[in-house]
This record gives sequence, C-alpha cells and structure tokens, in this order.
Amino acid sequence: MIAFLKLLFRNRLAAAGALVLTAIVLVVLLTPVLPLQNPDATATADRFQKPFSQGHLLGTDHLGRDLLSRLLHGTRLSLAVGVAAALIAATIGSAIGIVAGYFGGRIDNVIMRGVDMLMAFPYILLALAIVAALGPGLMNALIAVAAVNVPFFARNIRGVTVGLAGREFIDAARLAGMGHSRIILTELLPNVLPVIIIAMSTTVGWMILETAGLSFLGLGSQPPQADLGSMLGEARSALISHPHTSVVPGLMIFLIVMSINLLGDGVRDALDPRLKSGALSRPRATTLVDRKGDIPERTDDLLAIQELETEFRVGRRTYRAVGGVTLSVRPGECLGVIGESGSGKSVTALSVMGLVASPPGVIAGGAVRFQGEDLVGAPYETLRQKRGDRVAYIFQDPLSTLHPLYRVGRQLAEAIQSHHRISDRQARDRAIGLLRDVRIPNPESRIDNYPHEMSGGMRQRVGIAMALANEPDVIIADEPTTALDVTVQAQILSLLQDLRRDRGLAIIFITHDFGVVGQLCDRLAVMYAGRIVEEGPTDDVLESPAHPYTARLIACVPELGGGRRELAAIPGLPPVVDDLPPGCAFAPRCDKAQAACRQGVIPLEGQDTRAVRCLYPETDLSGKEVAR
Amino acid sequence: MTALKVENLAKTFALKKPLFGAAGPGVRAVRPMSFSVETGETLGVVGESGCGKSTLARMLVGLLEPSEGVIEIEGRALDTADPAAFGRLIQYVFQDPQSSLNPRKTIRQVVESPLRRLYRMSASDREKRIGEIFASVNLREDFLDRYPHEFSGGQAQRIGIARALAADPRIIILDEPVSALDVSVQAQVLNLLADLKAQFGLTYLFITHDLAVVEAVSDRIVVLYFGAVVEIGKAEKIFSAPRHPYTRLLAESAPKVGRALEAPEQKDTELPDPLNPPPGCAFAGRCPRATALCREKDPPLEQMGEDQFAACHHPLDT
Amino acid sequence: MGGYILKRLISAVPVLLGITIIVFLIMSLIPGDPATAILGSYATPENVEKINRDLGLDKPMVQRYFIWLGNMLQGDFGRSYSLNRPVINEVLERFNATLILAGTSFVLCSVMGVLAGVVSAARQYGLADKAITFTVLIGISVPSFFLGMMMILLFAVNLKWLPVSGMYAIYGGGDLPDLVSHLIMPALALSAVATGVIARLSRSAMLEVLRQDYIRTARAKGVPERRVVMGHALRAAMVSIIPVLGIQAGFVLSGSVYIEIVFQWPGVGRMLVDAILTRDLLLVQGGVVFVAACYVIFNIMVDVAQSLLDPRIKT
Repeated sequence: MIAFLKLLFRNRLAAAGALVLTAIVLVVLLTPVLPLQNPDATATADRFQKPFSQGHLLGTDHLGRDLLSRLLHGTRLSLAVGVAAALIAATIGSAIGIVAGYFGGRIDNVIMRGVDMLMAFPYILLALAIVAALGPGLMNALIAVAAVNVPFFARNIRGVTVGLAGREFIDAARLAGMGHSRIILTELLPNVLPVIIIAMSTTVGWMILETAGLSFLGLGSQPPQADLGSMLGEARSALISHPHTSVVPGLMIFLIVMSINLLGDGVRDALDPRLKSGALSRPRATTLVDRKGDIPERTDDLLAIQELETEFRVGRRTYRAVGGVTLSVRPGECLGVIGESGSGKSVTALSVMGLVASPPGVIAGGAVRFQGEDLVGAPYETLRQKRGDRVAYIFQDPLSTLHPLYRVGRQLAEAIQSHHRISDRQARDRAIGLLRDVRIPNPESRIDNYPHEMSGGMRQRVGIAMALANEPDVIIADEPTTALDVTVQAQILSLLQDLRRDRGLAIIFITHDFGVVGQLCDRLAVMYAGRIVEEGPTDDVLESPAHPYTARLIACVPELGGGRRELAAIPGLPPVVDDLPPGCAFAPRCDKAQAACRQGVIPLEGQDTRAVRCLYPETDLSGKEVAR
Repeated sequence: MTALKVENLAKTFALKKPLFGAAGPGVRAVRPMSFSVETGETLGVVGESGCGKSTLARMLVGLLEPSEGVIEIEGRALDTADPAAFGRLIQYVFQDPQSSLNPRKTIRQVVESPLRRLYRMSASDREKRIGEIFASVNLREDFLDRYPHEFSGGQAQRIGIARALAADPRIIILDEPVSALDVSVQAQVLNLLADLKAQFGLTYLFITHDLAVVEAVSDRIVVLYFGAVVEIGKAEKIFSAPRHPYTRLLAESAPKVGRALEAPEQKDTELPDPLNPPPGCAFAGRCPRATALCREKDPPLEQMGEDQFAACHHPLDT
Repeated sequence: MGGYILKRLISAVPVLLGITIIVFLIMSLIPGDPATAILGSYATPENVEKINRDLGLDKPMVQRYFIWLGNMLQGDFGRSYSLNRPVINEVLERFNATLILAGTSFVLCSVMGVLAGVVSAARQYGLADKAITFTVLIGISVPSFFLGMMMILLFAVNLKWLPVSGMYAIYGGGDLPDLVSHLIMPALALSAVATGVIARLSRSAMLEVLRQDYIRTARAKGVPERRVVMGHALRAAMVSIIPVLGIQAGFVLSGSVYIEIVFQWPGVGRMLVDAILTRDLLLVQGGVVFVAACYVIFNIMVDVAQSLLDPRIKT
C-alpha cells in the first residue's frame, strides 16, 4: 500500500490532481459548519451581483442567492451523487462481469447478449428513457447514470475475468477442492480488484459529468435544491448578460473532473504492472548508443562483433545483458551461439543491426563491423540500408513476427522493394520464386495467404524466404525452430542447411539446443551471464568441452537412445545480470571453483580455434591468448 | 495392480451452432482411446501440437468432462463431474509454473489449500505437513510467506509439485512439467520427480513433446497422433524399433549430435483439417508407406511383438 | 464479403428487438395510470380513452408489446400530443438536423483524434506529445455544455466571428455557408471530448503495436521508419481504434443533446428533453427507438469496416 502510494505520487500530475481533489473534498465536507449564507435565500434586489462585491465573494445569481454558498453546496451534492453512481455501477457491473466471465458458456452468452443490447443505445438515450419513465429528479438521475454505466463495467470486468479464468491457477484451485464461490472470492476477486479500481477511477469523473449533465438539462436536481449542473443550467439564460453565474459552476465541474482524471490516470499507471517497468515505451528505430571507452580496430571478417556491451537501463538498475562479447563469421560459415535463457545470446544477435528495443536497451561499448564498417552508432539510413539487404534476420515465433494484416506476398515484396527499385509485378514474381526456394507447395496461390491461414512450419518458411529476399551475406537466426514441432523442425533445419550450402551464406545461429547446433554449425560459442565462456569448432567443443559449465550443460541434456537414467543437473540458478559476482559468473554453481575464481577478470584464453574463460578448465587448451 | 485405467475415453468439442442449419459434428480432440498405467509405473505420453495430449490430461484430472468413456482409478470408476473427488486421487502439475500460481497468494496459501479443502486438516497439522513436503522438494521454509513472482521458473515448478504432493494423490499427471525450463534446471526437476516417485510410491503420467526426456523418465510410452494412440511400447524399444511410421518419423526428426542433417522421409508436414478429417488413417497423407487401404479404413491398435502395440496397416519390421 | 454483411445484418435483428423490449420495459416502469402519465398535461378524458384504445392498455403486457411493435414496423410511432402531429414525422425532421451536427463532429473527432494519437506516439515524451497530452486532458475534463457556453461568449459575443445559436440565420439564411457558420462552434464543442478519448486510445494502441514482434521484423528487413509507423503500425493499431470510433459515435450522439440545448440546434436531442419536460412520452419512446435503431445500423457499418481491415474476422 505504501509502495503503491509512493509510486502514485511520484507521478507529479497525479499528485497535483490528488491535492486539488483533497482540497475540494475538505472544503465541501466543512461546508455545513462554514459561516456561509443560506444557499436558497433569495433576495431579488441583489440579483446578478458581480464577484467580489460586498458580502458576496463570488456574487449572486438571478434570484440574488449567494453564489459561493450555492457553489459549495452544489459541489457537495454533485460529488456525492457522482461517487454514489460510480459505486453502484461498479458493484453491480463487476458482479455481473465476474459471473459471466467465470462460468462462461450459456450463462455468459445470455448475460452478454443483454449487455450488448444495453450498449446498443447511445448511452444518453437510455438515461433519458429512464428519467422520462421515473420522472425528473436527482435520485432518478443517479439511477439512470448508474444503470447506463453497468454494462460498461460488466463488459470490461468480464473480459479480464475470462482471461484469468483460463489461467492455470484457477484449475489448480479446483483440483485443491475449492468450490465455485470460494474460487470467485479468493482466487479471482483479488486479481480483478485492481482492474475494477482502475475502471472506477477513470470513470468516476465521467459519471460526475453525466449527473451534472442531466441536471443541466433540468432532469436532475429540482429547484430550489441545486447541484453544479442545475446551477449551470439556470445560469444559461443569463450567459451573455452575466457570464460569471455560468463561469463559476462550470469551472468547478472542470476542476473536479480534471483532478479526478489526473488522479485516475495515476492510479491506473501505478496499478498496471505492465507500466511499472516502463515497458510501454515506444522502441526507437535503432538501439540507443552510449559508448564509453575505445572502439576496437577493424578486422577483415565479414561480420565481426567486438567487445560488444549491451545494457538494459530500467530505473536506477542496469542489467548488463551482454558484457563484452567478441564473435565473427566468415563467408559460408555457420556459427552457433548457445546458452540458456538470460545468457544474452538473443540480445547479442539483435544488437548487430540495432534492433534491441530502446528504451530500455543501450549499446554501451564495443563495435559491430560489417566488412570493416562500424554499425554501432552509424546513422539510421546506413543501418537501414544494410538491414535485410546485407544482414537479414530469422526470428523465433513465426506467428508474431509476421504482420497479421498483410498478405505474405506483400510482406515479401516489401522486403525487396525497401532496397531495390522494382515494379510490383517483378516483386511479386520474385516473391513467388522465393516461396518456391523454401519449398512451399503451390507458391502461386500461397502468396495471397495471410499468415494466420498458414501452419507454423509454413510461416517459418515465409520467414526464411523473407530473410533470403535480397540475397544477404549474413543471416542471423534467433531460435528459428524453437516454436516448431520436432518433425517440422527437422524439415526447416535441412532447408537451412541446403540453402547455406547452395548460396555460401554465413549464418549466426542462436539456440539453446545442443542437438541442433551439433548438426548445423561449424563453430560454437557458449554464453553464460552475458559473456562467452567457451568457443571452438563444434565437434571439438561437444566432444571435449573445456569449461565446466559447457561440460555440465551437455551432461544435463538427455539424448534420444540413452535409455532410462538419472540426469546430471547443475545446482543453483544463473545469476541476475544486474548484480554479477566478481570473477567467474559460474563459480557459485561450479564444484571445481577455487578462491581465485571469485575475483578479478578471467580472460577468454586459448590456442588456435579454441578458447575458454576458465582458470581450471576440464581440458587443457594450453595457452596463450586468442589472437583476435 | 492397475493404478489408472482409461477405456474408450474420447472428447469432442461441439462447434458453435451456425445461424442456419444444424451444428457440425464437432472437433474430435481425443478419439476413443484405451490404456492403463500400473502402480509405480511412469507412462510417457508423447505427441506434437494438435495430438490431443493436453485435452487428455485435463480429462484425467477432471477439469474437462469426457464425451464418452470411463476413467478408473484403482478399480473404481470416477465421478467425472467433481474435480474435488479427483483431487484426492489424482493431481496435476502444470506446464507453466508461474501461471499455475495465483499471483496474489503467498506460497503458504497455495500449498495449504489442498490440505484445508481436501483433508480438512487443522492448522498445526497443516504446518507440520507443509514442513515435510517442502523438505522433500528441497525448498526452504522461509519461501512460504513470499509471493510467486519472487521465484524463478524452476523454483515455481517445485512449488507446483509441492502443491500436488500436498493432496497426497496416488497418481500425478505431469503436463509438460519441464518444457518451460532451461536445460540445467530441467534436469534438477526431472531428478526430483524420480526421487519423489521412489519415496512416495507414486504413479506418473508424463506428458511431453520431447522424445529424449520422455525416454529418459518413462517405463512405457504412448505415442499420440491427431487425437489417437498410434503406438504403445516399452520406453527402451519404442524409438529404436518403432512399428508405426509416425513413431519412426518422430525418432528420426529429433536432433542428434553427429547425425547428418537430412529431413526424414515424409510427403507433407501438414496435419489433416480437424474440422474435416479424412477417412482412414490420419497419418496416411504424410506416410511414405500409405496405400489405398490406409485412406479408407482406420487401422485398429494391434499387438505387434511382445509388448508393443501399433495402429497401422503396414507396420515396419523390427 | 457480401456474406459477412448479410450475416451482420441478420444478427442485428435480435438487437433491434432487444432495444424495443428494453424501451418498452422502461416505459412500463411509469408509476400510476399510464395513460394519464403518458398524456401528462394533455390528459383530457377523450385523450385518455383514445390512448387506452391505441395502446391496448386493457390488454396483457406481452400482447401490448406486439401491438406497439407491429405499429412501429408499419411506420406508426403514435401521435405526439404536445405537437399534435405523428411522432415519426417530427423525429425524421429533427433527426436530419442532429445527423448534420453529430456527423460533422464524428468526422472531426475521428480525424483529429487519430492524427493527434499517432503524432503523440511517434514523438513519445517529445514536445508535441506533451502538448497533445495536456490539451487532451483538458478536452476530456471540460463538460461539453460548458465549453459550448464559453465558445459562445468568446467567438460570438466578444469577437463576433460566428452566430450565437441556431442552425440558420432567421432572415435571408438557408444556404450552405450560412449552415457552416452556424455549425462550426457546436460541432467543435461536441467533438472535444471524443477527440480526447480517441487521441488517448490511438496513442496507447500505437505504442502497444510498436512493441510487437512484427514491427521488429519490418525494421529488420529495412523498411523505412516512416513506413513502419504510418503503414505497419498504424494499420495494426486501427484494429483496436475502429471499435472505439464506433463507441465514440454513440458518445457524440449522446453529447449532441447538450449541445443542441446550448446552441438552440433544432435536433432530436432537444426534442427529447422538451418531450420529457412536457411528459410527451410517446414522442420520447418513438425518438429513443428510432435513434437507437440508427445507431445499431451504424455499428454494423463499423463492423464491416473492421472486417475489411482485419482478414482474421471473416468467419
């Protein structure tokens, strides 16, 4: 709760809103004891006094009543009615929504049909019909406004409940023997409550406005009783001659609603966990660069990643996702990068073309050189011209990485036309050819499919075709088969293998699967906690791993044909990259670790093609530093 | 003794009735299947997406009502309408450990609820029992008052296992329990599961898509394809000497260090349309050995060899 | 496509029926003798007897509903006692004026709202974003009727740029420029809130979409940033913006009631308020059913537009 308030008031606008609202509420609560004139005492002789006149701080209205007194009493009434309407609507609507969303099926169907019918009215028609039937009056206006808002809450809360009811913890609660009402009260409600509060805080201002509106029309509070709306309504006829009688209540409504909206937005931001981490920032077209230190010299590799450091800066924390990675590929070579989640392998891959989402991502050091040219910090247009043309990507989940609203043919053509001026006709022909290259049957008709009309394997073939579109020199494949079934994976891998052979492509293949790496890659780099801990030719590394982490990770993986067995496990968890231990990051989990492993910087050392970042490697690579 | 027996268990999801005319025949997520699990055994269930393995699991624990068929636990047919009746006999470990824990409840509340609801234990008994359970899944007791988001995937999965153990069931259905975990953590959890089984005499039904994992933990394995059992056999034999061409395709597709990259023989990678399944064997469209017979008649599950069963008109030789 | 439209039209039938049932039920909430209540100050014995006969008030409720529904289907919405003319004639005439006002406002708020939202998202935390966010916040907090009154004071009374109220000048008006000059203020005042809501939603929809994987894919293949934002992102964001446009159309229609009062616009909203105050309930009933039915049809058009944009819907 205190954390919530802290978060809320860190938002200066919300704090300002809270301040204004608190002030208004305080004054209004004190109204009965303040030395005010009777708000309903008429004095026709004193009508339309200007503000700041004797005895009437805000002047008087058309019947000579004191405006200040009427304003405060009216505010009191408006606030009470609006808040009451919001509470009633939220309670009834949320109850309906939770019941419909939790039970689903026919109950849901019937309830939501009814809600849809109510929402088929422009809301004021419904309110007017209710007021027409019940007769004008403040109570009836309250009922009308609450009734009109019930469907809004019902629909909103139902949506959230449906999502939660499908979650596994609800199933788990049922297996633990809980009944429906207990599940709703103890499992669902605590999770729905924040949403209800958000919905209320963002609509209560609106409901105050609505009740004021009905009063303004003369359908709410009846004379002599006045809320802000009816004050404004009565003042309207004197708008041109005596504008202050309109401005005073109008400004008050505006102040109240504005402060509630500010506070409501603050509450929403503070309660919505997605916004907490600042995740709802727009990622820039390229990753931010904030390099300190020297930029490494150029090399003659096709693509060289040099001393790359990529960080995520969230609030005061800095997560060093990639902490000085050096990698390179030559033409026709396939380099595997293997690691567990959080090892920094994907961030390394995305850093190459500046595709790490930023904020919060920042490239903090090192260089990425394509044919010697540094791409880190290169102007956007330089980077764009290389993207997809010289260096192309294949991503993991082919459903979320293809645009759902464009036909695949158009997405392929766009990849080509972003780099080459060719006609739509030519682009389409080329796209059909690409689909044929990735062995999609019937490319002429498949080209007009939308991604959702294809299977996962087909979509990933489209993803590969898109990467091939401009015959790039390097393809970076980020877990391209992880989301696929094993029989489909086999096909995609063999396709990649053939393409690589036929076209002399250089591939950087990111994966967590030793089996895949072993089949496809020439060389292998193993990553742990943002660093490369070992690299070398794939067969050598797999046969005689030098780093204890590599050795133990390989032992963890069951292999088909091994029969039933006890698996080797690595105790403990990978470290969090905002708080890396000094020395070797694997030391806390390593049974060979010595005191020396826990201090200083341990270099990546080795001979020829192999290197390891370990003081006591499993295999002796006898050595001097890697000359790269 | 038979711990779990399933006979002709099937699930058809009804289609929404269209505006005009009658509703279609529905999607047959699980076609009538029968198998049994012996006490103390681990039965592996393996299949790719769309094979009906999750639907099967949800029926077995009572979260989904079967369209037809019977589930028997230790000789007694279960009332399929009450999850709590299932809860004491059979428990479920979910695929996504985080999503299976209520984010707004402490770990104590999570683990406690089966003890409260299923066994009506007193507070002191619960305290004692939770202590025992946490010791057996290697979790520290000071985790109990924390919330799920403070835990890593592997720890959350241990908590999920602890919750299943708390119900003191005879059988645990493990639905892809390690798929969401990294390999180093995956091995920890698999070994823990093996220890617990020995310690408490549990029976497991282990559902996964990972052939190597299922082979490493199972006694027998059931292979599913398109909602039906295509092959059942001993874990050590089924992938090395498959009788059904689909089992062979699976085994050959699994990536293996040192094997050349060549796509195994198959004609197509697409599953049949579940709304409009073809007659005959569902695998015929992808099968290199398919004949006209396969496209007409659905092959029954038949014994082939000592303890292997396959549903194929043209089984492979061993 | 044609099939989808047909399906949507057919599915509107139960909604339309539901609307009539809801209105019918609300009207049967009227306390006391319905005939007297409906007639209000026009309750002469002859009129009471006539309305009892017209509405079949001696018959059971279900039967009464079907008689009422049958009459409406034949275009007979009853007779307004205060105006002494058929309800449908009055409603049609007034609805025309409302349509001009609300339609203009709707176009204004859609275009301005989406544009503001996109600019705001594309320049997140920039000066333009802050200015738009601030303006929007004021826009959604100020009551439209108050805004209208302040506009009258400023533009009509003080600056004398625009006419104070009405739809046409009383003498010598009636042409298009005259209509436009009368329309500017009410249309702007009416669209203020909806513009704000749409701008906020468009901003967050764009921000949400810009984080999606397929935007990264577009960038990875070298699509220029302008096309990424105005093409890929905006198109995907429209999927969540269009339904809100439909909802906001309802709010614009609702808000027109206030604006018609403030600006003396001869629309259906003002008619309804007058009818309620004079207890001419048949006029209220007819007006509500008619406008709600039009809104249902409008929402079908929104759904069709949505299905044209999103190929995943057509089922």
